[in-house]
Amino acid sequence: MSFLTLTDVTKFYGANCVVDKMNLSVEKGEFVTLLGPSGCGKTTTLQMIAGFADVTEGQITLDGNDITHAKPNTRGLGIVFQSYALFPHMTVEENVGFGLEMRKVSQPARARQVADALALVHLEDYAKRYPRELSGGQRQRVALSRALVIEPPVLLLDEPLSNLDAKLREEMQFELRQIQRTVGTTTIMVTHDQTEAMSISDRVVVMQAGKITQIDQPYNLYENPQTKFISAFVGKANLLQGEIVRHENQLFIRINGEYFACPETHLPQGSQAFVSLRPEKIKLTPLHEGLLNGRIATRFFLGSQWLYQIETKAGLLQVVSSNSDTEPLQEQQETGLTWSTQSLRVLP
Amino acid sequence: MNPFKSNAPWLLSGPAIALFVALLLAPMLMTAILSFNVFDYNTGIKNTYTLEHYIAVFTDDYYYEVFWRTFWIAAVTTGICLAVGAPEAYILSRMKTPWRSIFLLIVLAPLLVSVVVRAFGWSLLLGPRGIFNQISLALGMGNVKILYTEWAVIIALVHVMLPFMIIPIWTSLQKLDLGVENAALSLAASPFTTLRRIVFPQVVPGILSGSLIVFGLSASALAIPGLLGGRRLKMVATVVYDEYLHELNWPLGATLALILLVANLIVMLSYNKILERNYQKTMGVA
Repeated sequence: MSFLTLTDVTKFYGANCVVDKMNLSVEKGEFVTLLGPSGCGKTTTLQMIAGFADVTEGQITLDGNDITHAKPNTRGLGIVFQSYALFPHMTVEENVGFGLEMRKVSQPARARQVADALALVHLEDYAKRYPRELSGGQRQRVALSRALVIEPPVLLLDEPLSNLDAKLREEMQFELRQIQRTVGTTTIMVTHDQTEAMSISDRVVVMQAGKITQIDQPYNLYENPQTKFISAFVGKANLLQGEIVRHENQLFIRINGEYFACPETHLPQGSQAFVSLRPEKIKLTPLHEGLLNGRIATRFFLGSQWLYQIETKAGLLQVVSSNSDTEPLQEQQETGLTWSTQSLRVLP
Repeated sequence: MNPFKSNAPWLLSGPAIALFVALLLAPMLMTAILSFNVFDYNTGIKNTYTLEHYIAVFTDDYYYEVFWRTFWIAAVTTGICLAVGAPEAYILSRMKTPWRSIFLLIVLAPLLVSVVVRAFGWSLLLGPRGIFNQISLALGMGNVKILYTEWAVIIALVHVMLPFMIIPIWTSLQKLDLGVENAALSLAASPFTTLRRIVFPQVVPGILSGSLIVFGLSASALAIPGLLGGRRLKMVATVVYDEYLHELNWPLGATLALILLVANLIVMLSYNKILERNYQKTMGVA
């Protein structure tokens, strides 16, 4: 029996179906991320788990108990809000202690637990400050510490890093993961940022238009996207349309007159399909030595990598190659491209 | 530096300053001087100066009674407005469009009716032939006398003043992050505790400005106490009116008006201090 389960959970706003028969089970201690573009229903799902939005149909159970219609203040879940929602009129210490106060924890025990929770997020020295005196990253930590101090069975994170600048966001990703590992709290995070989802989570739930399209570990999700949407949404991908052709036990895809070998698929001969090819899986070779020739249309310097846009007979391809000792290619230069058959993914 | 630029603030605020000086400071100053003029019932105002009006006011129990009544009526009005207005503002702020605009308009509606018309309306309702007395008689509870008592004045004042309480509180509530309430709920606070511990402290500035406006306007109200308080139940503003227009003792009227102004300022400033100190300690902003 899973720790937290959603069974056929459905949410209507008026006649508008926002979450459609969602099924999800989360194991104890797991870090699961709901990933999707805005309006896909991920935040609504989180709000239903938290109790801030009613469940139209379906059931949510936590540790075997049905909490579908329980009041939010009886669920005991820890929540970190996108806006952090700190109490502006209370100090950091009072903010973190509020949940314990509501649970009637005695003063000395409360002080000790608050100190521990602040130490966990490295804010020991800020206990007496007010939220307005803290930076964005510090507020974020206070919010996390306030949610964790009550030792919730499940921690819910609503776009927790979206208000931080890029560098801080990356730092907090590692820290969030590390803290979650330390305390071992079952965590559900909502995000629209795929790098964030992949770097922190044990499992990623991709949502689209109120439905789950794939649940997988980050590596599998990236390597084996089940749909065109996921291959483009999770990481970068070159999506090429072509026709499936079978020739002497080998599958090919014909794109604009060129044939490329691809891995086995159940799609029948002659059907239209897409292939997805990650930019970093394409290797640059001397001219005429690869599977395909192309001409560099533009190049972007990304620091550790070069991103090339290469015009080929199969279409415009994005290629990422690391900025190592070799001389980068110039714009308008001709080059060969190659990849292994296994790096192609055929999608319907 | 462009000379026009450095003068711009003065030029722009010029009309307002002129208006303020001509219509507020000058009359105030003249009233202040007037309050020291000697008055004689036979010859009128003289150009000599005296403190007799101040002495008269401070030594006469009648004036103490009038001032005391004025301030407790203003305080009770403020209290009732707060008790009714704060929850009303909270409900308004949680309403969805279009209901919010509709109900906001209803809240503001009393301001669209002339104060005299409204006062006569209340005197019809509260008088011996009014609906309240009729109901009371029908229920066998005997005659209830409301008209020409303090309560008639308070009821009518609350009716007029309510929008002045609701609007500032509503504005404060608008600034509140909705997530903050949810955060409190998620930490196992009951809805009532959330209101008391989380929402209320953050709307203190709205409560403060609402209370000050209502108290100030109620303490200096003229038409409502004049029409609903009757001839015997005096408040300071009605006494000032009588002195000016019936007794023609302008200097005494001026004295009373100035004392009302100063007393009002003292009450409001000390109230402001108490609440603001609490608020500043926690929010750091005025």
